[in-house]
Order: sequence, then structure tokens, then C-alpha cells
Amino acid sequence: MGHNIYVYIFLMFAVTYCIRALPLTLIRKEIKNKTVRSFLHYVPYVTLAVMTFPAILWETASVWSALAALAVSIWLAWRGKSLLVIAVVSCLVVFGLELFLC
Amino acid sequence: MNQEKDRHTDREKNKYYYWKGIKVGMPICLGYFAVSFALGIAARNAGMTPGQAGLTSMLVNASAGQYAGFLVIAGDAGYLEMIVMELVANARYLLMSCALSQKLGPETGLLHRLLVGFDLTDEIFGVAVSVPEKLNPYYNYGMMTVAIPGWALGTLFGVIMGNVLPERVVRALSVALYGMFIAIIVPPARKNKVIGGLILIAMGLSFLFSILPVLSGLSSGVRTIILTVLISGGAAVLFPVEEEKENGA
Repeated sequence: MGHNIYVYIFLMFAVTYCIRALPLTLIRKEIKNKTVRSFLHYVPYVTLAVMTFPAILWETASVWSALAALAVSIWLAWRGKSLLVIAVVSCLVVFGLELFLC
Repeated sequence: MNQEKDRHTDREKNKYYYWKGIKVGMPICLGYFAVSFALGIAARNAGMTPGQAGLTSMLVNASAGQYAGFLVIAGDAGYLEMIVMELVANARYLLMSCALSQKLGPETGLLHRLLVGFDLTDEIFGVAVSVPEKLNPYYNYGMMTVAIPGWALGTLFGVIMGNVLPERVVRALSVALYGMFIAIIVPPARKNKVIGGLILIAMGLSFLFSILPVLSGLSSGVRTIILTVLISGGAAVLFPVEEEKENGA
């Protein structure tokens, strides 16, 4: 089907911008509903977890290098390393392992 | 006149915050460049040109949101799916935007609010809410001045270099984005067992959804939306968040 790439881009922009700007401009009081607040609180962690696994497995040439990168990044994150360090090290793990595996 | 003097000191203050924002924004800019480079590779895999990917980054400024959007584009899925996907992937900004609205002074005008909202990212939010006094929007403008180009150029180069670099290197780099996601979700999971449990459940169900018949036939975007709404909704009912724990993300 012929979806227009610029319509996609515009929708990404429009939806994201509304989410960010509307509360800033409209709601000047806090959201009181506990369930809504809790839902919004949990959403980022769940979305990112769902998008990370198992997708990371199909991203590399070998499932094992991806699993190793996943394990190492979880370990580094657990130890409080920065976003940049974790991103770089996970790349190096995949690159290093695949020199042997593939 | 008194008013004249006030306006003068206001301008001084704005200038001060703008430069302070630029200074604080430099490490954010560098981090963004590296991370959005990986995002550029995802955009390239979705079939986008460097210009299209750079434009997207300049307008959207959201890692998870853009990555999710690129999945939709790669799957040639419908426009409605794109809208729902962006709503879900960026839902956390709704919370941040609410929080930041409390941080801006009540005298802050509509235009300032609209501009601050344009680049409300996890990192900029984190810096902006941590100022002890009321937030001066020029602080955000300073950060945006360096962060937005870092993000957009990183994406642009990611697409270009993704075409030039050997396949082996591109594959390794594409893992960086997942490393970044892990870096965002693991530290809160360490402090909060509920979040840790949710992450494990989310990954487990996501894996099941990707191999079970029928469900695996759905696009990965739709699967992400269904799982996020189900798991976060269930958690919101079972484990409502107490007020003082609200400063996550």
C-alpha cells in the first residue's frame, strides 16, 4: 500500500507535540486520579521492555551475541552506569562476539 | 520608570539562563548524537532517506516514539496505527508535561509554554525540574539550542553511515538503542520491585506474543500497544503509585 512518508512524519510530530504541549498549556492543576497517574507512571517502563525483547534477538547475526549484549547492558545499568556507556559497550559486545561466532 | 527597570533585569536574567542552558545542554547534545546515530540506522532499515530521518528527529525529538514510528513505517502500517503507537510510546511525556506546568511561573505566557513543550525530552525534563526556583523558559531554550541539532544530525549521519559502514558494524551499532532502553528501565527497577516485575512480565509476554500463532501475525507495533495498555493498566489497578514515588522516568 502506498503510504506517504511525509504523512507518517507529520503524524509522529503532531501526536508527540500535542502530548507534550497540551498539559503544559491547558492543565495548570495536577492530575488527581490515582489510577490514571499510576498508568502513566508504568507506561514508559512497560513499552520499552516490550520493544526491547525479543526484538534485540533479531537485530544481530547471532541470537547469542544479542543475548550477551542484553545481559551486559542489564548488568551495567544495574550498577548505575550512564546511558552512553551502556550503549557503547553493548555495541562492542556484539561486534567482538560476532568476530568469533560468524 | 520602575517597569522599565524590571524589563531590563528580566532580559539579563533570561540571558543568564539561556547561556546556563547551553552549558548544561552540551553533554546532553553529545549523548543525543551517539544515541540518535543508532536511531538513524533504524530509520535506514525502515527505508528512510537521511533527509527524511533528520527531519523526523528535528520535529519529534523522542527516542522511543521515533523508534516505534520507524517500526510502523517499516511495516507500511496504517496512519491510525501510527497515531495510537505515538500516543502509547510517548504517554510518559503527558506526565512530565503536567509536572513541568507546575514548575513554570503562572505568569509564563502561552508562547513560552508552546516552545518549552516542543523539546520536552527525558533528559531536558530531568534538568528542568531539578532547578530549585521557578523554571525560566530560557533555560530550556538554551538546552534546546544544542540538544536539537545533536539529535537531528546524529540521526542524519546514522542513515548515511549506515549505508557506508560494513554490515557487521551496522548490526553491532543497531544494538545501541536497546542498550539505551535498558539504561532507562533498569535503574528504577532496582529501586522498585513492582517496576522490576512488570519489566520481566512485559518481556516474557512480548516473547510469547512473537511466537504464538495468530498473535505473531500482528505487526510489532500493534503488539506493543496491546501489551503496554494491558500490563500498565493492570499494574495501575493492582499497584497504584503513592504520591511520593512520582519522580521517576
